[in-house]
Amino acid sequence: MTKYILRRILYLFLTLFIIASITFFLMKMLPGTPFTNQNRLSPEQLAIVKAQYGLDQPVFIQYLRYMGGLFQGNLGTSFQFNNEPVTQLIGQRLAPSMQIGAQAMIVGTVLGILLGAVAAIRKNTWVDTLATFISILGLSIPSFVLAVLLQFYLAYKWQIYPVALWDNFQSSVLPTLALAALPLGNVARFMRTEMVDVMSSDYIELAKSKGNSNWQVVTKHALRNSLIPVVTIIGPMAVSVMTGSMVVENIFSIPGIGEQFVKSITTNDYPTIMGLTIFYSFLLVLVILIVDILYGLIDPRIRLGNGGKE
Amino acid sequence: MEQVPKIPKEKFKLLHKKDDQAQESLGTPSLTYLQDVKRRLFSNKVATVCLILLGIMVLISVFAPVVAPHNPNTQRVEYSNLPPKIGNLDIPGFNGMQNMDGKSVDAYKEVGAPKGTYYILGTDYLGRDLLSRIIYGTRLSLIVAVLATLVDLIIGLPYGIVSGWKGGKVDTFLQRIIEIVSSVPNLVVVILMMIILKPGLVSIVIAIALTDWVTMARLIRAQTFQLKEQEYILAARTLGESSTKIATKHLIPNLSSTIIIQTMFTIPNAIFFEAFLSFIGIGIPAPNASLGTLLSDGQKAFRFLPYQMWAPALILSIIMIATNLLGDGLRDAFDPQSSD
Amino acid sequence: MEKILDVKNLNVDFSTYNGTVHAIRGVDFHLNSGETLAIVGESGSGKSVTVRTVLQLMAKNSKISKGEILYHDEDLLKKSEKEMDDIRGNKISMIFQDPMTSLDPTMTIGKQVAEPLLIHNKVSKSDALKRAEEVLRLVGIPNPKARMKDYPHQFSGGQRQRIVIAIAIVNYPEILIADEPTTALDVTVQAQIIDLLKELQQKIGTSIIFITHDLGVVAGIADRVAVMYAGKLVEYGNVDEIFYNPQHPYTWGLLDSMPTLDTDDQNRLNSIPGTPPNLLNPPKGDAFAPRNAYAMEIDEEEQPPFFKVSKTHYAATWLLHPDAPKVEPPKSIQERFEKYQEMLGGSVK
Repeated sequence: MTKYILRRILYLFLTLFIIASITFFLMKMLPGTPFTNQNRLSPEQLAIVKAQYGLDQPVFIQYLRYMGGLFQGNLGTSFQFNNEPVTQLIGQRLAPSMQIGAQAMIVGTVLGILLGAVAAIRKNTWVDTLATFISILGLSIPSFVLAVLLQFYLAYKWQIYPVALWDNFQSSVLPTLALAALPLGNVARFMRTEMVDVMSSDYIELAKSKGNSNWQVVTKHALRNSLIPVVTIIGPMAVSVMTGSMVVENIFSIPGIGEQFVKSITTNDYPTIMGLTIFYSFLLVLVILIVDILYGLIDPRIRLGNGGKE
Repeated sequence: MEQVPKIPKEKFKLLHKKDDQAQESLGTPSLTYLQDVKRRLFSNKVATVCLILLGIMVLISVFAPVVAPHNPNTQRVEYSNLPPKIGNLDIPGFNGMQNMDGKSVDAYKEVGAPKGTYYILGTDYLGRDLLSRIIYGTRLSLIVAVLATLVDLIIGLPYGIVSGWKGGKVDTFLQRIIEIVSSVPNLVVVILMMIILKPGLVSIVIAIALTDWVTMARLIRAQTFQLKEQEYILAARTLGESSTKIATKHLIPNLSSTIIIQTMFTIPNAIFFEAFLSFIGIGIPAPNASLGTLLSDGQKAFRFLPYQMWAPALILSIIMIATNLLGDGLRDAFDPQSSD
Repeated sequence: MEKILDVKNLNVDFSTYNGTVHAIRGVDFHLNSGETLAIVGESGSGKSVTVRTVLQLMAKNSKISKGEILYHDEDLLKKSEKEMDDIRGNKISMIFQDPMTSLDPTMTIGKQVAEPLLIHNKVSKSDALKRAEEVLRLVGIPNPKARMKDYPHQFSGGQRQRIVIAIAIVNYPEILIADEPTTALDVTVQAQIIDLLKELQQKIGTSIIFITHDLGVVAGIADRVAVMYAGKLVEYGNVDEIFYNPQHPYTWGLLDSMPTLDTDDQNRLNSIPGTPPNLLNPPKGDAFAPRNAYAMEIDEEEQPPFFKVSKTHYAATWLLHPDAPKVEPPKSIQERFEKYQEMLGGSVK
């Protein structure tokens, strides 16, 4: 297991290295710099600015420098935003994004598991139909459409929550709901399929033949066995929540990294775009790694390596 | 049990059945696979409704120039932000009335529009007909989706077949690439592509296809691995058929269900990304409409003109729901075991 | 001998996409205390459904349309779900066919064996685990104390079946239903499991209903045998009566297709031609008639009743009707008849 984790961590850094390199050269291919549009800079001034950012060096040297900085945890300096280091920029904005992201994941996963389990237990009844309908809505309606609708009704019309503000928990409710819909839908659907499968398995029949009541069969055997595979989709879910949060943060004016990313794109702030790209990729591979390790920990078949016979 | 029933003696004659007579005939007529799929799909009411709904949307998109009541890009600033109105019908919300300073006034009269002028879904801030823009926006979204799916297929299908068919080192190498590509968040790839390429339809299609092909390639590879070991493929190989011929004659027909189902899930994904990019302003450039830009405009104005947000939100949601449900229906139809 | 289980005129229907399947069509059998009854038939004959009905472990789309299942003179079909829960795994328990899939993959086997104890008795967890360890030793799991903490995938198929058996007997049930317990196992392991069941029967005095499609397995374990075809019993009797004096052409076919020590290269194994009937529309007459080389006209028109062969032996075939012609069974069956005569001490029937 330790060996496996170490190998995975090595892969993680290799992947990040490749992503960083590709991002770097893509950015260099771009015509112009963020200063191109700033006509008030004279050629001399431009040269000074370029030198300041190291842009006068050959691309390869710039690359080595960037990667070297990356190695020390330095993502470069923003062209905009008062020349702040990108890491600092991310640091300041991480908390709100993490908060709504984590809230959305927890709400979505927990409700999704419940919904999926209920649907599976009441298979082919109206409960199942309703649950399926909710999960289809959740995974079909884009988070930004939902965000706009929530903002219009719950914030603007009925004034239950603030329209666009970031201060207390209240203000995180709507973005959380908008982002939670997708994991809810996906988890519910996945959970239902898994649980229907498990419920028709031989060991559930054996559990029933032991004298367990239907409720005990579900709580003692069916739930745990269906929950284990659900862990595998948490990674992809986290990614789509990150994606959604970019625009949801914008809609609700939340000072998070998603909003920062969109802002950097519209202002051609390349170092920030690069930094955030690498940061997002890092988060993604990290989440997937954690999920895989978690899966290995909770599933006895994986946990114990190849000890068993198949 | 003890009582022996009375039965005429001649009934006790041996029939002397031979073995070949012992076979019973099968009662039910056999359907071909495709007929069976069709039967299952159409017996699924939800999927059928979605199919019809999407069919109508496709038809409207194809005939957009005929169906749309106005040119979607014609600006008439004097008619800006008019509420929805359908002829002289007096349906609340569709009668051209608007709330101004607490009073309900006929917005069309206010701007001095001649009698008989009406916009079914109202107009936007530049006086463009919203219905026409939505029709053209839907058309654009569907075009993006179809093109992205096609490109997706063009990359993913051969990639998956080669990877699965060759196996060994080639497969390991190709899978490493997929691993790396898929470990970058889709959105990041799409956004990077959008920054590098010029904004527009082609860039969006390329950006989406560049991330989506991975799923397609993976599925095709797994399926090819299985098919490779099937007897009829082995037979074809033993008979010395060329790889290309085996791929086109045996593999692709047997991969078709996987391809169709995956396509149905790629389409909503593509529509989502297009709308997403347009919503944050790096998608379809103005003045062209897409569902994403319309929704973005609607969101900015929803305090006073909520109708501008409703229509694109609704259409976008309906397309997403319908394609997802149809995808589910197709999967069940192709593989009845996948759900019960 | 006391009848502890008496199944009367059991009828089970399945509602399917294509219509109602009449899977069980009037089955009667009983189980005496302490004996082993084997129910034999090919797949789809309804033997598994029959015994699952006893425990009411049936598919959601099935329905018992008629019949009663008397357990100590109480009809199990009239019991509530709660009352059935008290019987399952306590008074009557079941061993399943596939040991690879019948254990919960995410629970240690110690807990799985202790579970029926905790459900049905007021015992502490540690006592239940201690008892589970004893039972695991009893079924022949080496070093049970240490292995209790292992998961199912760490055991071989034969060992897993032993664990499944341990789960079934942990409460010393009165009736043990074994649904093809050896089918999924290697031949050598099969014999071990049969021996284990026999040994356990002696130790804990349980009655066994043994379901199988393999007559070879039956000979080693059963006291009585019931042969099932297309949702009905066709013949039942003592094990010797079924093996050496079979009367139903279907039983002939089953025995004729069984390899014996005398089977060599020259005599190839025989098989019964054709397939069982579709139970969506069960045939009017004898369901076996289309495959029966000895079929008569009456077979296609009317279902045969049970004819008495001896006090313990009955067969449902028109061939036993006084008016039926004498037929010559397959050679291997005639040899069995001869052996039967020898067993009876040469006395002519």
